Amino acid sequence: MAIELLLNGETIALDVDPEMPLLWAIRDVAGLTGTKYGCGKALCGACNVHIDGEPARSCVVPVSAAAGRSVTTIEGLSPEGNHPVQLAWRELNVAQCGYCQSGQIMSAVALLERIPNPTDADIDAAMSGNICRCGTYLRIRQAIHKAAGDAS
Amino acid sequence: MSALKKITRREFLQRTGQASGGLVLALTFVGACSRPGPGPAAQSANAVAPNVYVNIRRDGIVEIICHRSEMGQGIRTGLPQVIADEMEANWDMIEVIQALGDDKYASQNTDGSTSIRDQFDLLRNAGATAREMLIAAAAKTWGVPASECVARDHMVYHESTNQEAAYGDLVAVAASLEAPTEAPFKSREDYRYIGKPIDTLDGFAFTTGQAMYGGDLALPDMLHASIERCPVVGGTVVAYDDKAARAVNGVVDVVQIAGPTTPVAFNPLGGIAVLAENTWAAQRGRATLDIEWDLGANASHDSAVYRNTLTESVTSEGTPVLTRGDVAAAFAAANETLEAVYYAPYLSQAPMEPPAAVARMTDDGGCEVWACTQDPQSAQSTVATILGIDKQLVKVHVTLLGGGFGRKSKPDFICEAALLAQATRRPVKVTWTREDDIRHGYLHSVSAQYLKASLDADGFGTGLLHRTCFPSIASTFDPNADGPAAFEIDLGFLDNPYAFPNMELETAKAIAHVRIGWLRSVCNVFHAFAVCGFMDELAYQAGEDPRDYLVRMLKGNRRIDPTADGAKYGNYGHSLDDHPIDTARHIAVLEKAAAMADWGRALPDGRGLGIAVHRSFLSWVAVVAEVSVDGEGKMAVEELWIALDAGTIVNPDRVRAQMEGAGIFGMSLALQGALTAENGGIVQGNFDTYPVTRMSGAPAAINVHIMESTARPGGVGEPGVPPVAPAIVNAYFAATGTRIRELPLRNAGIV
Repeated sequence: MAIELLLNGETIALDVDPEMPLLWAIRDVAGLTGTKYGCGKALCGACNVHIDGEPARSCVVPVSAAAGRSVTTIEGLSPEGNHPVQLAWRELNVAQCGYCQSGQIMSAVALLERIPNPTDADIDAAMSGNICRCGTYLRIRQAIHKAAGDAS
Repeated sequence: MSALKKITRREFLQRTGQASGGLVLALTFVGACSRPGPGPAAQSANAVAPNVYVNIRRDGIVEIICHRSEMGQGIRTGLPQVIADEMEANWDMIEVIQALGDDKYASQNTDGSTSIRDQFDLLRNAGATAREMLIAAAAKTWGVPASECVARDHMVYHESTNQEAAYGDLVAVAASLEAPTEAPFKSREDYRYIGKPIDTLDGFAFTTGQAMYGGDLALPDMLHASIERCPVVGGTVVAYDDKAARAVNGVVDVVQIAGPTTPVAFNPLGGIAVLAENTWAAQRGRATLDIEWDLGANASHDSAVYRNTLTESVTSEGTPVLTRGDVAAAFAAANETLEAVYYAPYLSQAPMEPPAAVARMTDDGGCEVWACTQDPQSAQSTVATILGIDKQLVKVHVTLLGGGFGRKSKPDFICEAALLAQATRRPVKVTWTREDDIRHGYLHSVSAQYLKASLDADGFGTGLLHRTCFPSIASTFDPNADGPAAFEIDLGFLDNPYAFPNMELETAKAIAHVRIGWLRSVCNVFHAFAVCGFMDELAYQAGEDPRDYLVRMLKGNRRIDPTADGAKYGNYGHSLDDHPIDTARHIAVLEKAAAMADWGRALPDGRGLGIAVHRSFLSWVAVVAEVSVDGEGKMAVEELWIALDAGTIVNPDRVRAQMEGAGIFGMSLALQGALTAENGGIVQGNFDTYPVTRMSGAPAAINVHIMESTARPGGVGEPGVPPVAPAIVNAYFAATGTRIRELPLRNAGIV
């Protein structure tokens, strides 16, 4: 029995084990690889997507839990890749290796939708679930402030 | 809709071939360059390749071949900056092509912070010879002397006859010429890109999910593999039952991988691989495997016991590797002496992307792999050997690396994919889990360091005995290795810059029980921790300000030569004439970092400043850390100030980013993570048990200053890390009066 969900605005049917984490359904079955595996236990945030607009760790969400819901990945954030958060990220050259940045950006977008002008404390609280081994945290803070400023 | 949407190879290439910063895989090269370095021009109707790093197309696009791996250091931006600058190419007319692993290039091993420091002139020459070739083509076309022609802005000009030609229009004539092997370099004041903060080439791909890493390729008919390996290095499979695994929906096959080899080298550890239609099914099948292991000779390895072994070894007589004066006499005559043992644990590189690779066998009997490798040349030769095929039949595509930090210099995971592709005759993707990465990696070595010093009545150090003890990286290649190798004591040990008139440096024996490998900055991490921590202890013992004491002990503008005191010293592969150990540069970065931090200012209770300076990979870095300690004794790093002297630099923004990242990486190893072994296996497995610094622990600011310099380039990726941990430990002492000599600080209960 296929599981239907809305992926980046398109209805798709996934004929997979209902327990399969959404991450692997997105990557291996739907073929969108912008969402990354980092830990498999909701510890690092590399797999962050939005489900009905809320940030979710796709590595621990069974695909069945996303049935009938709207899932947004990094590929679906903006048609041209020009979401204010993406623009701020590029302007400040935030990324080093880039691997965690899909998850970082998805967390940041969710934060700004909840708190349009976050303080550093707001940012730390919202972003501390996302690990970056390259150590881009300070530029991420700046980029979130920049995106907030540009959007307001 | 179809349950399985696969990306065909053609689609993959189209998708990744986007010039707007997508990863471009070089499957074919125009021409037939086969010699390393600049060689004769490769000719074709549509392009000319003056050397293996440059290909000029008739449409004017200059393809620049990046033969080094991108893992966050920015080489896919920095390398073309150098080549394009020398060849006077316009930045918007270049396309960066990622090279295959191939001996026709200079070393592709992207470690040791070498890409710019070792290959700056090679890259400049690649650009300069291309430029001269285009000038020669223009001169021939116009019948004028080449010396009267000038290249600029992707054009060649001849002023007196008022002629000009675009690079692309010179391709046909250039193809008839012999490419020069050497050409004059531009003068520094004419640089257009070198020294400029050019935006990251892959910025668009990084922020839109288009960037392709080791696990992002899907080939038609591909299987996904997850591999159960023995918890103990050296252990082997006695028997296994895979019935339950084969019953899992989606599982296609179960294959045993032989191993490990002796020495373990770069080869797979061996184990049982479950292959399935998707990653999840492979992981689920793997979880049901019932395997009986022979745990082998390392099954009793225990970190608590081993710590005592190391401590005993390091406090016993060692093997002298550098002797200056008579340290025993200095100790006997001393006003006072101080001794200490420093200890630092095993670490995991833990790149955000665990090892991943795709392999498939090709119709010609070869093997094609796509992998996040730091060293495609060694990947190529190791895969060839393990498959028993000719190296020329192994094609290694380098994807982006989701962090490397030394882990991905070893192609064991790529060999696993290749062996499974050979066994199943289907394309195979191997994805390591985080637990695989933490438990089955090549660990940064645990170490114990013994230091003893004597001071005269003025507090000046008269003698230093430093003994280093750790299981060596050499043990990975030679099971009989029983202590530090020559290349390891080059790293922040033999190059001690302090002016002790009497100094003895010794190594102590240690046997390895795990795979030991490189981690960002390698042995500099624990050597700098011990030396910079101990120098701070001496400063307080002498009753002096630590910054002033370091300057005093560095003793002015001197050039240190460890070989003068009997040491064999490699200096990162360079002569001491080209890259001297110049204490003036230690002092300059030290003074700069101190000034940036307003060193000496009054601080509230519970705050402290600490300072450390260290030279590694031919660059100098000083760090000042400010820490706070709250009412419950918990420490936070409030701010870091970093001064770097890396000589000539290519991209100041990427260099700055490396220092910022080094600050966070250094904080992780100073405060957070440690690996320990019990019953031969690694206890930790994921970011809950192997914590790293997160946003909430990041300082308010990491302030970076890059020293202006025209000196030869030094390394950048690694030198920032070593002084971070000792600066923090020294700051903690300043704040509390408590000296900590063990990492991570979490173990002291203050984090």
